[in-house]
Amino acid sequence: MALVTAERTKKAPAPVRPRPRRRPRRPSAGRTSWLYLLPALVVLGGLLVYPIYQLGLISFLEYTQAQVSGGEPTSFQGFGNYTALFSDPQFWQVLLATVLFAAACVVTTLAVGCALAVLLTRVRAVPRLALMLAALGAWATPAVTGSTVWVLLFDPDFGPVNRLLGLGDFSWTYGRYSAFALVLFEVVWCSFPFVMVTVYAGIKAIPSEVLEAAALDGASQWRIWRSVMAPMLRPILVVVTIQSIIWDFKVFTQIYVMTNGGGIAGQNLVLNVYAYQKAFASSQYSLGAAIGVVMLLILLAVTLVHLRLLRRQGEDL
Amino acid sequence: MTSVRIRRPRRPGRLAAEAAVLLVAAVVAFPLYWMVLSAFKPAGEIQSTHPRPWTLSPSLDSFRRVFEQQEFGRYFLNSLIVAGTVVLASALIAFLAATAVTRFRFRFRTTLLVMFLVAQMVPIEALTIPLFFLMRDFGQLNTLGSLILPHIAFSLPFAIWMLRGFVKAVPEALEEQAAIDGASRSRFLWQILFPLVFPGLVATSVFSFISTWNDFLFAKSFLISDTSQSTLPMALLVFFKPDENDWGGIMAGSTVMTIPVLVFFVLVQRRLVSGLGGAVKD
Repeated sequence: MALVTAERTKKAPAPVRPRPRRRPRRPSAGRTSWLYLLPALVVLGGLLVYPIYQLGLISFLEYTQAQVSGGEPTSFQGFGNYTALFSDPQFWQVLLATVLFAAACVVTTLAVGCALAVLLTRVRAVPRLALMLAALGAWATPAVTGSTVWVLLFDPDFGPVNRLLGLGDFSWTYGRYSAFALVLFEVVWCSFPFVMVTVYAGIKAIPSEVLEAAALDGASQWRIWRSVMAPMLRPILVVVTIQSIIWDFKVFTQIYVMTNGGGIAGQNLVLNVYAYQKAFASSQYSLGAAIGVVMLLILLAVTLVHLRLLRRQGEDL
Repeated sequence: MTSVRIRRPRRPGRLAAEAAVLLVAAVVAFPLYWMVLSAFKPAGEIQSTHPRPWTLSPSLDSFRRVFEQQEFGRYFLNSLIVAGTVVLASALIAFLAATAVTRFRFRFRTTLLVMFLVAQMVPIEALTIPLFFLMRDFGQLNTLGSLILPHIAFSLPFAIWMLRGFVKAVPEALEEQAAIDGASRSRFLWQILFPLVFPGLVATSVFSFISTWNDFLFAKSFLISDTSQSTLPMALLVFFKPDENDWGGIMAGSTVMTIPVLVFFVLVQRRLVSGLGGAVKD
């Protein structure tokens, strides 16, 4: 578009013949673009922006079963809900668990995804197709069904994994860390394919001469990845990292299904499940909303980092 | 490029790599294999403490139980309606919006783009509470609409952002040419631009389909009393029992639930890979 405009201004000083007929259309461009945007803006405004406003509002009110059913008037609490939340040691424990669990998921997913993408470039078509198909299957598996299958695989009585590893009737969901580990396996299993396929597509786009030259210069595989491929794949890596952070930070289904609503005595709660339990299980909607606001702010911070990275890469918006 | 690589004297290394890849493929596929296997095992065999990686007497009992015990077919249809509506609606709306932000210059364009990017990161799960009250106020609780509407909103920002790359890739000259040939703007939009960005629409629809088909939280929170409006994830939970899980039923239900997504993936996989390439190149 910029190119076209420049061309036009260049032509402007010497108008030999009347302007082409597409000229009169330009003033309407503003109106047309808003017309095209209207459906998107209505949906996003009504179902994303307004609920965010409502979320913030509820987090400052007293809003429990009594207010929902209309029995009692809602009252403004100021930061009361946040004070209550922040003075609850369980909240800090859940927050810490959420961040550490998401970080472990992201790091493992990226490591597995990238390693396999590199490996895929070094094998012939048949093994590559086998892994691609398996990965596509894992990717396509709905979170609920993936969760149920992994629970069965690690079942202390009927699961094949314990038998294979000789663990006897060790219960994975009983201990806090083993339960988190089990969920982590499932999360990595269903989210590494996105990383692998995307990074693989990116590697294929790197001119092979560059890699050949590095190999001829005697660079090790690790060195080639670190000094040649990773810098060239940076935009892709940023995208998959950010996506993974966003997905893994708000895991709900896996935790809920695999640890039966947050584990024994809530030992496996993450923010999302915690907020759900507060709001819908114990009707403390305002506390749930306050947790939601905390999540929103954390992910907003991630987004700002993403935007800065995009800017630095010179992405034109 | 491949011919050069094949001739390089690195055979043992490559064989090791191939063995590793095949092993990983087997590990990755194993849970799916176990799911289908367990769905076909007769009831007694699943409860065996010596699980066998095959079955001697495959049976359809678990599937029969799934379809008989509850209105599973109906839930299946509900899930299809929800995911289908979300995919179509968000693709259409996102196409118009992506065209607007890519093809036209107007005030607040950059602001909008940044807003779409930020909207992508909004944890929609955190909005369950306000959406619950919104759906209640509009009488949408216990209807499929309570799943469809939020999921359209949820899919849009990512779809717009991804489609933007595809719309950008269509040369401007094409539009100029169409205008000179007397095509109206809407004719250009539907007859020229739409078919050209169709692969991009397919790739984005994969993401909206999966996130909607997977939805568990909204179904659990919004479809509370009218079970005839349930979707598949809810149907599965019936087989979890406090005393003894019905693993056969769970695995049969899971298998049925996974099939449509697998079919969808197989149909679009080529477009998906090229679509991902297109999105990240941008």
